[in-house]
Amino acid sequence: MPRQTFVLNGKPVTVDVHDDVRVLWVLRDLLGVTGPKYGCGINVCKACTSHVNGRAFNPCSVRVGDLEPADEVTTIEGLADTVDADLHPMQQAWLDRDVAQCGYCQPGQIMAAVALVRKVRREGRTITDADLDGIRNICRCGTYTRIREAIAQGERGMERGM
Amino acid sequence: MTGDLAAPARTTRRSFLGYVVAGTTLVAAADLGLGTTAPAAAVPGTPQPAELYDLNDMLTEAAMPTANLIAVTVHEDGTASFALPRMEVGQGITTSTAMLVAEELELPVDRVRVTLADARPELLFNQLTGGSNTTISTYTPIRVAAAVAKGALLEAAAVQLGDTVDQLRAKAGVISAPSGARVTYGELARVAAAQSTRAVRVQLKERESFRVIGVGQPRIDARDAVTGRKKYATDLHVKGALPTMVCRAPTLNGTPKRLRNRRKVLAMPGVRDVAMVDSGVAVRAETFGQCIDAVRAMHVDWEDGPVAGMSDQDVVDELRGAELPLPALTDLLAANPLAEVVDVDVLYYFRSNSAMDTNSAVADVRADRATVWAGLKSPITAQERIAQELGLPVDDVTVHVVQGGGSFGRRLFFDGALEAAQISRAMGKPVKLMWHRADDARVGRGHPMATSKVRAVHAGGQVLAFQQTHTSVETDFRHGLGEIITASAASLPTGLGNLGFSETVFELTQEVPYDFGVISQTLTETDDRFNTGSMRNIYSPDVRVAGELAVDRLAEAMGQDPYDFRRANLRNDRVVAALDAVAKAGAWGRTMPEGTAQGIAIHQEYKGCSACLVEIDARPEQTGREIRDGVGGPRVTKVVFAIDVGLVVNPRGLEAQMQGCINDGIALALTSSMHLRDGHFLEASWDNYFYTRQWNTPPEVEVIVMPSDSGQPGGAGEAGVAATFAAVACAYARAVGQTPAYFPINHRDPLEFTPKPVVPPVPQSPTNGLKLTY
Repeated sequence: MPRQTFVLNGKPVTVDVHDDVRVLWVLRDLLGVTGPKYGCGINVCKACTSHVNGRAFNPCSVRVGDLEPADEVTTIEGLADTVDADLHPMQQAWLDRDVAQCGYCQPGQIMAAVALVRKVRREGRTITDADLDGIRNICRCGTYTRIREAIAQGERGMERGM
Repeated sequence: MTGDLAAPARTTRRSFLGYVVAGTTLVAAADLGLGTTAPAAAVPGTPQPAELYDLNDMLTEAAMPTANLIAVTVHEDGTASFALPRMEVGQGITTSTAMLVAEELELPVDRVRVTLADARPELLFNQLTGGSNTTISTYTPIRVAAAVAKGALLEAAAVQLGDTVDQLRAKAGVISAPSGARVTYGELARVAAAQSTRAVRVQLKERESFRVIGVGQPRIDARDAVTGRKKYATDLHVKGALPTMVCRAPTLNGTPKRLRNRRKVLAMPGVRDVAMVDSGVAVRAETFGQCIDAVRAMHVDWEDGPVAGMSDQDVVDELRGAELPLPALTDLLAANPLAEVVDVDVLYYFRSNSAMDTNSAVADVRADRATVWAGLKSPITAQERIAQELGLPVDDVTVHVVQGGGSFGRRLFFDGALEAAQISRAMGKPVKLMWHRADDARVGRGHPMATSKVRAVHAGGQVLAFQQTHTSVETDFRHGLGEIITASAASLPTGLGNLGFSETVFELTQEVPYDFGVISQTLTETDDRFNTGSMRNIYSPDVRVAGELAVDRLAEAMGQDPYDFRRANLRNDRVVAALDAVAKAGAWGRTMPEGTAQGIAIHQEYKGCSACLVEIDARPEQTGREIRDGVGGPRVTKVVFAIDVGLVVNPRGLEAQMQGCINDGIALALTSSMHLRDGHFLEASWDNYFYTRQWNTPPEVEVIVMPSDSGQPGGAGEAGVAATFAAVACAYARAVGQTPAYFPINHRDPLEFTPKPVVPPVPQSPTNGLKLTY
């Protein structure tokens, strides 16, 4: 059985599993990291959104064998550690706006929002309504209005905090 | 505050009976039946617990009273806990429940822990989460239990502090005497405990002195949700419960005959067990990814399901054939020669109530006992039905209720839990069953296809008659009222049992809230072969849309403004107030460019009412938007929504519920439906079933919580769907100048997706994720 090694939430992990098992199942079923949620398994709903090397990705659509030992995977569980705080500014914004309802999609929503702020920052600009319209993460409770408000706050928080 | 039951049994207006229950720490309880108002909600003929258990019976046997009670427990760490016999699926009832306890117990909300109770068959009808009924039915009993606890703490404190109860003051978990002496709830928890159960009488706080109820409170589980700590069924770690999935038939509700390549499937990486059950062939493996591989590799012979070969149009034809003729109103028309008739006829396609968290459950079935973990809104029925299926006494089946990632009516049924129990028994091992999204979308439950016809007659500026006939594929109520007696009654052969439930629910929920002369509304249901259920707000969204479209047509025929016309004809002042609120805040009647329009609609239900104003943009630049794996269509650009639920427990939670309902209403009107083709639904995931997305959601949303002097809370969980759907429908009709004949309006457009295969029944996960990072 191949040994798979990558960095998970700041710590190297090794797991024995076939190359083609998707990272989502390695995280959830083998490593017990359940923050990334299953919502479709085909990179449509985005409930599993996490970060690889600081950028958003969907672990349901990546073979674990395609990760390099130095690749850093960050799930919602490790997000706050990236800013060395109890909560990342985006998580705090989510609390302040009381965004969650059932909560199932929210880890993915937050990870997507953080990556979106980083992306527009790389492009030298701030988030627009068109950027918000382009977010593909589904929320079946329909928390979209509060997500938009929280991202605006989280973006400001990331400005100050990073 | 409290008094012995030995006093004459006089019940004053605000005096309630509760119990201090024997225990090592303080346990205070109330009868859950307390809160059930006259059975006017969707619970026809519910026997009150008093009819089943006489009060004297309860008091004579010390242990007996505790059986039917719900209890607040005070702990030595100064917290209180309460196991809520309802299910949290995002609607916010754990938070509102913590608020009720906090209010009456005088304890900060963050020191109240609310968990979900396991299935408790002794609660009979009182463990069903549905009909937006939780707060209506639990508002009083939860406060009574908390008041009993506070009374017992005060009595214990009186002894400790050497003062009388009426001199003491409880605040924020501390009781203090005029002398300044104080003692905390935590210090009193053990001494306040009762050695034997006793009944006490309590009074509840008056509304004027509320400090928690009515003040916006963030969700108590918000921090767990944003840190990934909140656990759903598939996040649970149960020893030996490995990932499990089911290979399902290519036609709806088809059944397996034979797995041809069992040995080959068993030899696949990670695969441990394979077993055939009623619904398909189950596989248990080390990861869900390996389950998907195995499901896709299976060669199964199938027996066709009951709707094999059928498509949308066949169901439409069936409904049209079943429609009752609208009353001819010959006499009315003869007596009013100038009378004119307005007809509206709307068809609604199947819609899915799939939640983000699929139908999943963990089950550990042994020879002599079984344990199940699942998100269940009727856990008692689930427990009793699973016991029946396994041939075990009910007492040997433990059902743990887990928080669910959404429900929208879906979790009234326990399809996943029952299937998990069957699979665990067949394999002889614990299983963690997860439905694939494709299963959940295609074989899960949804809102039945329906037609709604309205015929209204007007003359001389007055509506003389308003007749509505609603015809629907059967709405499945076989979960009963939360336990197996009514579930069995609903399941009687020939569908007659279920029809009784449907008719009762329809009668008890639908109304025409206008002064429209001769009014009637009827329901006809047909065809029990589909997987349906009470999708959020059940009949109301469809019935209201046809009704409000007819109201707009009547206004137009009489040359009146839709808002003025509604205002002049509404029967209830609360509805008028809500309507006025949205008209004012939304600037009703403002000039809009061609191809855009406002729409306005109302709804009355759940002991409350609502009004909605929307603005829609149906111009080509909106409808022509190119969206990858999604649909744009007309954009609702603004929503103003007013909700009156009577007494509001948590305005913040109420606002959230309404925002969610708004997105549901938009989806029902514009984008979301299921296409039945050749015996199977085509939609298999969120890139096929177009629930509202960020590119559809209104950029501007305002929710107005109407002030109310009511002392009673109404229902909130579903209350916003009907008025939003209707307002969007009316706005769209005004924008394009035509009343739509069917919803959602895009259903007959060329498919916006390539249907995924039905063999194999689930799609493989892609592998290109690292190329799509951002």
